[in-house]
Amino acid sequence: MKELTFETLIAVFDEMFGASLFWALVAIAGAVTLAYIYVLIRDRHISWSKFLLAQLSMPFGAVGAVLFLQAITHSQFSDIGGPIDVIVLLGVAAVGAVGMAILVYTVDALFFRKSSAAR
Amino acid sequence: MLNRRRFLGLSAACGATLTFKSTIANAKVNSLNTKAKIIIIGAGAAGAALANRLLRRLTGAKITVIDPRKRHLYQPGLSLVAAGLAGPDYVISKTTDWLPSGVTLLDEAVAEVDPLTKTVTTQKGQTLSYDYLVVAPGLVLDHDAIEGFSLDMVGKNGIGALYAGPEYAAKTWEAAQKFTETGGTGIFTRPATEMKCAGAPLKHTFLIDDIARRAGNSSKMNMIYAANNNSLFGVPIVAEKVRMLFGERGIESVYSHVLKSIDAGKKRAVFDTPDGQKEMDYDYLHVIPPQRAPEFVRQSGLSWEERWTDQGWVEVDQYTLRHRRFGSIFAVGDVAGVPKGKTAASVKWQVPVVEDHLVASIAGKEGTQAYNGYTSCPMITRIGQAMLVEFDYKNDLVPSFPGIIAPLEELWISWLMKTVALKPTYNAMLRGQA
Ligand SMILES: Cc1cc2nc3c(=O)[nH]c(=O)nc-3n(C[C@H](O)[C@H](O)[C@H](O)COP(=O)(O)OP(=O)(O)OC[C@H]3O[C@@H](n4cnc5c(N)ncnc54)[C@H](O)[C@@H]3O)c2cc1C
Repeated sequence: MKELTFETLIAVFDEMFGASLFWALVAIAGAVTLAYIYVLIRDRHISWSKFLLAQLSMPFGAVGAVLFLQAITHSQFSDIGGPIDVIVLLGVAAVGAVGMAILVYTVDALFFRKSSAAR
Repeated sequence: MLNRRRFLGLSAACGATLTFKSTIANAKVNSLNTKAKIIIIGAGAAGAALANRLLRRLTGAKITVIDPRKRHLYQPGLSLVAAGLAGPDYVISKTTDWLPSGVTLLDEAVAEVDPLTKTVTTQKGQTLSYDYLVVAPGLVLDHDAIEGFSLDMVGKNGIGALYAGPEYAAKTWEAAQKFTETGGTGIFTRPATEMKCAGAPLKHTFLIDDIARRAGNSSKMNMIYAANNNSLFGVPIVAEKVRMLFGERGIESVYSHVLKSIDAGKKRAVFDTPDGQKEMDYDYLHVIPPQRAPEFVRQSGLSWEERWTDQGWVEVDQYTLRHRRFGSIFAVGDVAGVPKGKTAASVKWQVPVVEDHLVASIAGKEGTQAYNGYTSCPMITRIGQAMLVEFDYKNDLVPSFPGIIAPLEELWISWLMKTVALKPTYNAMLRGQA
């Protein structure tokens, strides 16, 4: 690869998903992150009951992300060929886990506020 | 404390920043004012990428792209189509999808270039004059050179030819799939000429072998790779690796076997070898024909006279890609007469070099960039794994991610790159953004 700049990456992702879907995904990810920050600031503390639920959802996010990637790329676990592949696998799982946790926490906090009345 | 309204305001501001960023990315960098007439022959990988980049560098230039083909083909996808991993649509888009509005597309075929009067004539008889000419018409697949073969045979009687285009790649899979089920002798050939993506015949061999293996039929398969000379790949260290992998998989190699003719009825192929002609019976035969520069290139006197005489590649300096006899002509992509580099990845490295020298020349200066022969071909070795193979004129490996992605190792990440990242990167390149 000749030059791997931020702009190149944006252009590549743009082509990967199509311009509108890509920017929609960016917007959704941004919105969820902002909503997460918003509930953190609004509630002024991390709600441990919500956090527990979020943590419980993490394995599902991790496994889901890996299986999704394998499905769209005709791959399987036996294709792991070297250390970098293990890192990629763990990275994908980590992104899936964290993404899922943030999503669950935020949805919980925004739409099920009553359930955490302990606040 | 952040209330809902301020929160919304913040997200809107964020959206604005994103739009702003992408505007900057598209802004013109160091645009040069000129009235130069530039003609680009071919709107494939090289022509489209260069048109987009030149438009950004030049204001007022008249850029004309000539190409009769309505469809743009993402050719690296053909290997996946011919293994049933993607449909033919995966490789097809429209030529006009990739050309910016500031360039004129003339949908005719070029018949002749006159480098002395600096004109280009199309098959329909239009003549256009140029100040700078970029020759980027790719190459021609010479299927007729193989006696007894014609494209209508593809897909039937165990014959495949995936280079011929998306529909033929899909038919190739029909024939290959049957072979992976019924077994027998499969012969995988490559031509003795220069060829685009010299890894593709190997990829097809590996993929078909893997698919048969997965179906539990490996014991029924007799896989034979017919190399055109005494090596499996032009870069020695890669050739050795492939030889080892073939050994592991039980894929037999025969050397210096060049497909001469076929008898489709008898399922028999004839090869030219150093010991004379040799007949081999097959159940599946993969044909990749000799490859040459388009006829008009040779007729117009643009080709090397003493090298590649049967193929006619354009006589350019291998570092600047500028014609060695006609200073206002460049060649880029598969048609360029350089010792390496018939891949889309090479195009990505060649295009900025041509851009640099062409724009500098308009400004009355000398360009400074040089093409080092960078060529790359993600070598698929089975479904789910590939090796990143990147090299230059010196046959040195030039890995993009040294220390992170090992070049000659079968890795999942390299497969992910081929199947997920390569097409978007290619598309971004066409738009002049990568
Ligand atoms: C099966 C296969 C697998 C490949 N795999 C890879 C890979 O994994 N990685 C990689 O980097 N590369 C790969 N490639 C190679 C890559 O696709 C080519 O190197 C690349 O497309 C070359 O670009 P180009 O612009 O020179 O030619 P092309 O993209 O072929 O475009 C040439 C254009 O010129 C036009 N043209 C032709 N004649 C005329 C004329 N007389 N007048 C006007 N226009 C004309 C054509 O219509 C065409 O649109 C593969 C190729 C094949 C076939």
